[in-house]
Amino acid sequence: MKKTYKIDVDCANCASLMEDEAKKTSGVKDAVVNFMTLKMKVEFDDGVEPREVMERVRENCKRVEKDCEIFL
Amino acid sequence: MNDKQKKNLARIIIAAALLIALNFVETAGVTRFIFYLVPYLIVGYDILLKAFHGLKNLRALDESLLMTIATVGAFALAIHDDGDYNEAIAVMLFYQIGEWFQSYAVGRSRKNISELMDIRPDFANIETDDGLEQVDPDEVEVGTIIVVQPGEKIPIDGVIVDGNSTLNTVALTGESLPREVSTGDEVISGCINLNGVLKIRTTKEFDESTASKILELVEDASSRKSKSENFITKFARIYTPAVVICAALLAIVPPIFTGDWGTWIYRALIFLVISCPCALVISIPLSFFAGIGGASRDGILIKGSNFLETLAEVKTVVMDKTGTLTQGSFDVDAVHSKNLNFDAEKLLHLAAHVERYSTHPIANSLRKAYPHEHDDCTVDNVEEIAGRGIRATINGQVVCVGNEKFMTDVGAQAVHCHKVGTVIHVAVDGQYAGHVVISDAIKPHAKESVTDMKNSGVEKIFMLTGDSEKIASKVAAELGIENYRSELLPADKVTEFEKILSASNGKVAFVGDGINDAPVLSRADVGIAMGALGSDAAIEAADVVLMDDDPLKISRAIKISRKCLAIVKQNIVFAIGVKFACLILGAIGIANMWAAIFADVGVMILAVLNSIRTLVVPKTN
Repeated sequence: MKKTYKIDVDCANCASLMEDEAKKTSGVKDAVVNFMTLKMKVEFDDGVEPREVMERVRENCKRVEKDCEIFL
Repeated sequence: MNDKQKKNLARIIIAAALLIALNFVETAGVTRFIFYLVPYLIVGYDILLKAFHGLKNLRALDESLLMTIATVGAFALAIHDDGDYNEAIAVMLFYQIGEWFQSYAVGRSRKNISELMDIRPDFANIETDDGLEQVDPDEVEVGTIIVVQPGEKIPIDGVIVDGNSTLNTVALTGESLPREVSTGDEVISGCINLNGVLKIRTTKEFDESTASKILELVEDASSRKSKSENFITKFARIYTPAVVICAALLAIVPPIFTGDWGTWIYRALIFLVISCPCALVISIPLSFFAGIGGASRDGILIKGSNFLETLAEVKTVVMDKTGTLTQGSFDVDAVHSKNLNFDAEKLLHLAAHVERYSTHPIANSLRKAYPHEHDDCTVDNVEEIAGRGIRATINGQVVCVGNEKFMTDVGAQAVHCHKVGTVIHVAVDGQYAGHVVISDAIKPHAKESVTDMKNSGVEKIFMLTGDSEKIASKVAAELGIENYRSELLPADKVTEFEKILSASNGKVAFVGDGINDAPVLSRADVGIAMGALGSDAAIEAADVVLMDDDPLKISRAIKISRKCLAIVKQNIVFAIGVKFACLILGAIGIANMWAAIFADVGVMILAVLNSIRTLVVPKTN
């Protein structure tokens, strides 16, 4: 399953850090962050609850980039 | 400007003003230090906090941390040396100016580009008992009747059930000529209804409608990263650690021998200021995003940054003839009467009658050329003879319409025609009457497009067609195309294309109408589909989609991509060049902190400004 989320982040480098973090989060099969459109496209593993996974993704992203936000 | 940007701008201005003012105040010692600390903290407190946060999470190469080390280090050196804190504060100040500018510029271009693609409809009108009700287009089910008022966007694809109007399709196709529509016509979402009220029965859901699809496509496009972007990501990953290691070595190794610690630590701090890869990391995706956005305003949808990049490297363009270079609809070119009893008018009249029931494109064109076909003539015994033509009895006379073989069969002596095209012979009661020449007209801008492509560096242009050698050579000559392959069956097109592909050294693009050449489209380095508006299959198969069928868009797409890539290359060379130059000059003590600030912030601002140039689509001359 794929879902797109709106995000907010200030710099392109931070956006790619977010992408790396999202990819590492368990339950995420793949993630692409598009800094230009401020969107995160997440492909989830089968049988996971996207909302729960995204909470974790947000937590991980906030750890690397304090100012970022993912709108769930 | 958003609130965050306003706040940061205020901080920058206050800190800068304070810093200038402090230079006119005579202070010394601890008071001086505390005075200068104020503007530093105003402009840099968030960076210090971020650095601390990064340190806590063991992120050694965090940009904020590097900036903090650089500025705190400069402060420490200043205390030690002469008490000139200007440099330390300036580094932080300019770093923040750079960050602010980047955020502002990216925000602006983001807004500009989304305005260009302003085709997202906000609502749909549904008729209810108490008048019109505005609803979210997402909630409209297939088959609902929606009402579109003048000035509104059509929200969902559908068929007009009532009303006439003209539509502005410029946001979708880049074509400024309005389109006339009336009851029974299919309309696509994203067009603007100019004058009449239209009632439309929706045929798709909102998500599946053209406007939504196009938006999704353009937004996704910048997620498909190009080679340049991947290169920069990799480069940034190595660059920052490498520069930081160099800085550490520079601060420790030489002073062991010379003992001049202050000088070498200063030089190491210069390295830290230059260590941020921002200019590259931001300007490259921005260039691609702007290029894709600018192209989409022109009705050229590029499905990924990677395709934009390949398109810029195209050396060979292979084009399908019918539907791409020519109209794809046949028109009567000439009527030659060869029998005194039948003038041109009468000849066309008879031919049109015979073809009354046929759906062949040739029959359509004959009927189109003779619009009053449904008169009171009697048309009986219509009989189609495969590979020959059609025979019918008209007002008691047996009329045969078909090719030369058919004429021989019925005992009529066909006369050759000097004109190139499809020649339809007519015989009446076994007597040869004359012939009609039908040809596929070349599109108005086809020649211009070919010339344009050659001028912008395309080395070879091929034309593929299923038509006869004679027609192919005529069209190729008229358009100035040297290479063509004729009389190809659909399967031959793929093999012929593969031959061209393996023989060419650069990238090869294929341009087709996207309907029956999907296999070739997918085989090409870049597949370009034309006139694809509303055809999902074509949009699916191609890498670049031209929304209308103007051949000029082909050369335009190539030009846009070349300009975009040129800017990307300029930015890469410029940013890396300046950074390396400053690193070397800094290491040997020629460049000071101010040069480092330029290498960091100045380069970034210039690179971002340069990438915004991509938005300006080159004019066709």
